[in-house]
Formats: sequence, structure tokens, C-alpha cells
Amino acid sequence: MKTTEAKREPLIHISGRPPMRWSYALLWRLGAIVASILFCMLLSWLITGTNPIDFAVTVVHASFPDDPSLFAGRFWPMLHDLAILLMLSLAVTPAFRMRFWNIGAEGQTLAGCLAAGACMKLLTGTIPDAWVLPCEIIAAILAGALWGVIPAIFKAWFGTNETLFTLMMNYIAAQLMAFFCVLWASPKGSGNVGIINQSGAARAVGWFPTKFDIFGATIENDYLINIAIAGVMVILLFFYMVKSKHGFELSVVGESQRTASYLGINVRWVTIRTMILSGGLCGLTGLMLTAGVNHTINSTLAGGNGFTAVMVSWLAKFNPFLMILASFLVVFLRRGAKDLKSNANLNLDESFSDILMGIILFFIIGCEFFIRYRIRFRHRASAQPEKEVTSRA
Amino acid sequence: MQNKVPAVRMRNICKTFGSIKANQHVDLDIYRGEILALLGENGSGKTTLMNMLSGIYFPDEGTIEVDGRPVVIDSPKAALDLGIGMIHQHFKLVDVLTAAENVELGLEGKLRMRETAARIRAICEQYGFDVHPDQKIYDMSVSEKQTVEIIKVLYRGADILILDEPTAVLTPQETDRLFKVLRNMRNDGKAIVIITHKMNEVLAISDRVAVLRKGEYVGDMETAETSARDMTNRMVGHEVELNIERPDPVDPKPRVKVEGLTVRNVDGILKLKDVSFTANSGEILGIAGIAGSGQKELLEAIAGLQRVESGSIAYIDDDGAEEQLIGKSPLAIQHMGVHLSFVPEDRLGMGLVGSMSLTDNMMLRTYREGAPLFTNRSGPAKTAEQVVHDLEVSTPSIRTPVRQLSGGNVQKVLVGREIVSAPKVLLTAYAVRGLDINASYIIYDLLNQQKQKGVAVIYVGEDLDVLVQLADRILVLCDGQVSGIVDGKKAKKKKIGKLMTTVGGGDKPDEDD
Repeated sequence: MKTTEAKREPLIHISGRPPMRWSYALLWRLGAIVASILFCMLLSWLITGTNPIDFAVTVVHASFPDDPSLFAGRFWPMLHDLAILLMLSLAVTPAFRMRFWNIGAEGQTLAGCLAAGACMKLLTGTIPDAWVLPCEIIAAILAGALWGVIPAIFKAWFGTNETLFTLMMNYIAAQLMAFFCVLWASPKGSGNVGIINQSGAARAVGWFPTKFDIFGATIENDYLINIAIAGVMVILLFFYMVKSKHGFELSVVGESQRTASYLGINVRWVTIRTMILSGGLCGLTGLMLTAGVNHTINSTLAGGNGFTAVMVSWLAKFNPFLMILASFLVVFLRRGAKDLKSNANLNLDESFSDILMGIILFFIIGCEFFIRYRIRFRHRASAQPEKEVTSRA
Repeated sequence: MQNKVPAVRMRNICKTFGSIKANQHVDLDIYRGEILALLGENGSGKTTLMNMLSGIYFPDEGTIEVDGRPVVIDSPKAALDLGIGMIHQHFKLVDVLTAAENVELGLEGKLRMRETAARIRAICEQYGFDVHPDQKIYDMSVSEKQTVEIIKVLYRGADILILDEPTAVLTPQETDRLFKVLRNMRNDGKAIVIITHKMNEVLAISDRVAVLRKGEYVGDMETAETSARDMTNRMVGHEVELNIERPDPVDPKPRVKVEGLTVRNVDGILKLKDVSFTANSGEILGIAGIAGSGQKELLEAIAGLQRVESGSIAYIDDDGAEEQLIGKSPLAIQHMGVHLSFVPEDRLGMGLVGSMSLTDNMMLRTYREGAPLFTNRSGPAKTAEQVVHDLEVSTPSIRTPVRQLSGGNVQKVLVGREIVSAPKVLLTAYAVRGLDINASYIIYDLLNQQKQKGVAVIYVGEDLDVLVQLADRILVLCDGQVSGIVDGKKAKKKKIGKLMTTVGGGDKPDEDD
């Protein structure tokens, strides 16, 4: 008769689904996070016999300790980690919107660190102390922008591949940093610059202030300025991307260079301008790392955040506000995984935290597939009421 | 004919893409020894339906029988095994290979090029194709490439052939030749489906016509027993007027004067050679020519998007002041009121941004205006509303990304944006490319309105039937040269066809009059 013999009919159909309501999509994503954590707990329990409850408690306490004496030592550093990752995610976003795959945030940040450190080291004592920090700010932003604009210029004029170019610039920045670390090492030969302006008359010159008077109350916090900068940047970048003419232009360039030039947009200038911004923001992050908290320079200051930022930016779908959530998620899990391995009771190897991180990201990114596509199985597809057919004949 | 077992029987076919219902409960029979025209507006689901027959999509619901046997077609290979072959609108050929190599590509077994060539020659002889097996694809004209595509499916043993808008890229002469071949194949007992929305072609070639409207099957009829008007009404769902108006030019004055224009492309190949003409205000200047004869370069040169080797392009203002356009930036030319709407093959590549909403796409033209730094979306939103209303764009809302609209609607957005911006010179290329009859007439109306407002309209078209009805004058390009400029009212299609292939139209210009 007229029913298809489903011998060869594909077992599953994957088809696009109508755009999901955002609340529904959010539920999927939250579900994926919960599922990934449950899966990690199950896996650790099966492999190492770790108590799943201990596991969860350790992860949460890494950022939100229940012991008040540990709070300042864990919560604020967590927020600061978040601020740095967030800054870099924001920095790469305009470039990504333009489909300029800037994976050189690491190098651009190091360039900023190096410039800030150089100002701190060389200018202290030669110019008035109050001028050192402004010089650092300008130098760091310019250095980051320079590191970003070089690949952009080559891309704009010679069509070079920006992914490779920005990646290679990372190594140059790291080696340059290593060179100056040796040059300025103190004590000589240690290969270590140490804390710059740590003591004596020049103590804390060129450092971000850490004491604030807010409504008469004095607050001392090493991380506050950096966190505030990141917070302000989220708002500024949101307006830049969504409301400004620049933001509009760069999305057009990213979508179709032909359309852009048809509309009279100068594609080269937009490419260069956007990478100056992207690199400049990385440079600013470098300044925050050197002048804000570390007060030194070395080639591991960026700590891989430049690469993690690529993922955060994508995860948040280039939305600055969602980037807060995405960065928090990554930082929270990263700190949790680190504590898992340092917790002697849990008997977990250090590679294990990397595995867990991988599993969690796999779940989060994988759930996007289910948000966009629907999967149907064979039997449901072929079950169709017969009468509807006859009525249309 | 009703007693025969159909070669293909499609019943209750449904297919949805996201929220769009491309096909809903479609029933279709295809018979051997018959040419079936599948007729429908843009987005009515013709191509989708045929893609399911040729194994590109899999239906959500419904059954397909071939020669009375239920089948499951889950890949193009499965379709070919059943003898179903489809010739797509965009050719899928490897440029650097020969015809024979392209035909052989993807087949299993040993490579015996000599046998392949011999079999290709046999096929050519049988049906009257004209193609050399050893010719490289890049040396071929569009029509020859299409022939290779047809041979490719015949070579694989297909006896049910589906052609998706095969005439869209052909000259009238080439179309005639194709139709002759199709008739030969029909007489050989093959089943042929031709997807089209051109009424005259349906009448010329098909035995039976099946009509789809908005993804639903409207019905089928013998071509001999129907008329263009009847088919159009079924296709659109309401009465349509089929004549294109041609109001007299309004106070024509020279607006754009092109002299000795010579253009080379980036590879240094001569695309325009010593082109001279004048476009008048209040007039539609049609430009005819085989695809790639320099139409694109000509419009882009005027719009400032193309490097010019020599020559002059002067814009003449109402007060007679001349201004040279060569050397000006595209933006400056735009500000002078010279607007270009070029509809490319993919409809999105030039002028629109697929992932952006209708409003943002309107804003592409105007975002520089107003206060510095920040964009203002209220003006563009109004423009978008106007375009949606005037051109009957079917869209869920003006916030919908244009990529989600059907091809025809995307095009309305593109052409509509240029028209509402009140240009002085409107350059439009392929404005109705792939548009259905209803939408096409809306565009013709809009162009006529522009003309009556005194705009100089330059219209690059593919369909000669339309050009001779719409344009006041027709400039024919052949290989980058002006082959002739004819009066639209007196122009003969055959004559233009000749001018398109030979500069000056050959030795005996009056042969067809």
C-alpha cells in the first residue's frame, strides 16, 4: 500500500528548528552546565572513588569559601581573575565581529605589560612621580595597539592570514619580554625583574592606588580599580558594538566586504581602526596586570587568558553582558579545578582538572547544537494520519 | 495519459525549514514521454520539491513511488540509481577539467577516457547536443556548460530529468536549441521536469503544467488547454495584469554621458572597450547582453567601484553643469544621487547584509547621516516599513534578518531601498533575477514611477521579452563593446539576440524584419 517501507530510511533526521525563545535557550544552557558538573562528579567517583559531595564543595569553596577568614583571599582574586578574562574577551570581540580572528590577545597584553613595566622602571626618578602612571597608561595602550595593528595592516594591504600572523606576534612579544627580563633582572643574572618600586623613596610609584575614600569610609583593596575598569568597559563596549556607527560599520565589513565597499565603507581603514581598538584594550589589560596587581614583568603574566578569551567571546555570542557570565563560569570552574588537585583528601592528579575543564566546555558548546537543530527518529516521522491525504485529493 | 503508470508519484510531501513550510501535502505525478513544467512564484517550493526527488533533501512526510514501487531517496546517488537526475541552476563543474573528465568524475570503475568520449559523442548525436568531450570547461559558454551538466546525468543513465530554471542564463537562440534537445529527449520516452516561472516558455515547451503556490499544490493541466493568463492567476492566486506599461519619456535630458570608456579587470582582461552612450533623465535605458559581456563593469564604473583605464563618465546636472565621475569615491557619487542596485547571483553578496534586520539593511545607506558617533534607527525603521508596504515584502517583521526571507523578498528589499532613497540616476542590474511574475511587475511599476519622476534609469536585464516592453532604448553589449543601440518600441527580439552575439549584428541586419 502507500506506507513507505522504512528499510533504508535514515534512522535520525537532523533538521533546523525555529529560533528558540531566549528563555528556553537559557534553560538548555543552564541544563548543560548542571549536566556537565554531574557528569564530572560521576566520572571522578567512578575513576578515583572521590565522594561527589566533597567534590562539589571543593569547587564552590574555591571561589566562595565558607570560612570568613579565607574570603578576602579567595573571593576578590576570583573577581580579579574574572575582570582580566573579561577585559580580554571584550578586547577580541570587535575584531571577531569583523571576522578578523585575532588570537594574539596574549601577545598584545604582554606588549602592554612590557611598556608599562618599562615606564615604571625607567621613568621613576627622572620625571615627577605623579607623571609616571599617566605615561604608563599611554605607553601600554599604544604598545598593545601597535601589536594589534601590524597584522591588520598586512591583512588590509596584502591579504595575509590574520590568524597565523596574530599567533606569531604572541611569540615575538613573549621573547621580547624574556629579553628585557634578563636585561633588567634584579639581582643581575637571576632572569627575574622582581617587584619594581617595592621600597624606598620610590615605593609604589607608578602603581595603581589601593586605598580609597568612599563616602568617608576608607577601603583598601588591591583589585578594586581593575574590577571597576572591566565593569565600565563592558558598558562602553556594548554601546560601541550595538549603537555606534563604528560598530555598525565593522559588522558590515565582517559580514561581507563586497557589500561594505559597495556602500562606500573604507574596508582597510575599518580593519585597521578596529584592530587598534582591540590591541589597545589588550594593552590596557597589560597595564592592569603590571601596574595594578603584579608590579613586575615576566612572560607568563597573561597566563593564557588571551586564548581563553577567544572562547569566552564566542560562548557569549559577542554580547558584552553575557561575557560577564561566561567569564565567571570559566574562572569559577578553573579555580575549582585547581583546588581539586591541591586538596590532598581528594586524591586527584593535576591533569585531572584539565580533563574536567574539557568535559565541561564540551557540554556547554555541545548544547548549542540542540538549541539550533531538532533530532527526530524514524518512527515518528513516518507516522502520519491517512485521512488528511484523502481529503486533499 | 491518465491510464499510464506515472514514472514518479509523489504523495503528501511535506518539508519544513525551521518555521517555514516549504512544501505542504504536495501530490505530483511525472510521466514518461512528457515534459512537465513546474510553475510557481518565488518561495512556492518548486526547487525544494525537486530537491527531495533528487536526494538533496529528505521529506519530513510523504511517500515517493518510482514506476509504482515505493522508494526511499536519501542521497543524490540513490536518486541516480533510480534514474532521476537534476540539473541545478548553479553548475557543479570543475573548470580546469574537460567535458569528458567532468562527466566521468565521481563514477566508479576504471578510467577509460576514450570510451567516455565515445559515449558522450553518441549521446550528443542521439539528442542533438553540440559539445566537444575534450574541451575545457573554462573555455565554454554558459549554454555549453549547461549541456555538459545535462550530458552528465544522461551518461549516468537518468531517464527522469529535472531542470531548475535552465533558461535563466541563456540567450533566445540558445533557449530554442535547448528546447529542441528537450523535445528529442521526450520523444525518446524520457520524463522531463522543467522548473520555471516564465509563462512563454511553459507554453512553448511543456505538455503539462503543474502549479505550486506557497508550498501547496494548486493543480495541473494540459498546456494546450490553458493560457498564460489562466496559469498566472492560479500561480498568484488572484487576477494579474500581464502587460508591461511603457509611459512616454518625460522631458528627456542627457543625465549621464559615457565616452570611450575602457575598463580592465584585476587580471588585466579587457572588459569594456570604447563604450559610449548617453542616459537621459525620465527614460529607461535597457542594457542587453550575454552574461559577462561587461554589464557589471559598466555599472560599477559609473558607481565608482571599478578602476577605469580610459574614457570619461560625466554627470550632467539639471542646469547643464557637467561633473566628471571618474576619480570620485563611491560615497561621493552616491551623494550626487547616483544609486546602484546590483542583484548578484546569490542576492546578498552586494548591497545587503544577511544577518542584519530589514531596518539595519535600510540603515546601510543612511547610517552616516545625523548626529556623530551613534546610530539612529527610527528613520531606517520607517523606510523599512515603507518598502515592506510598497513592494509587498512578505516578512514576519522588520526586525527579521534578511537571510531568513525568500530570495524574491530579499531582492525586493535591495531594489526597494535604492528606489525609496529618491535617486537621480538609478542603476539596476538583474532587478527581477529569479523573481516571480507578481514581484517582477511590482518592480517594473516602480521603475516606471521613477522614470516618470525624471530619474535616469539604467536597467540591465536578462529577459529580452521584458527589455523590449519596458525600455525606451536598448543598448546591446557584446564582448565589452557597444554592439548597437536600438529603439525599444521598434526593437525585435531576434535582432537584439544577434547583436548580443556579434558586434553590429552580423552582415545582414535586416534579415529578420
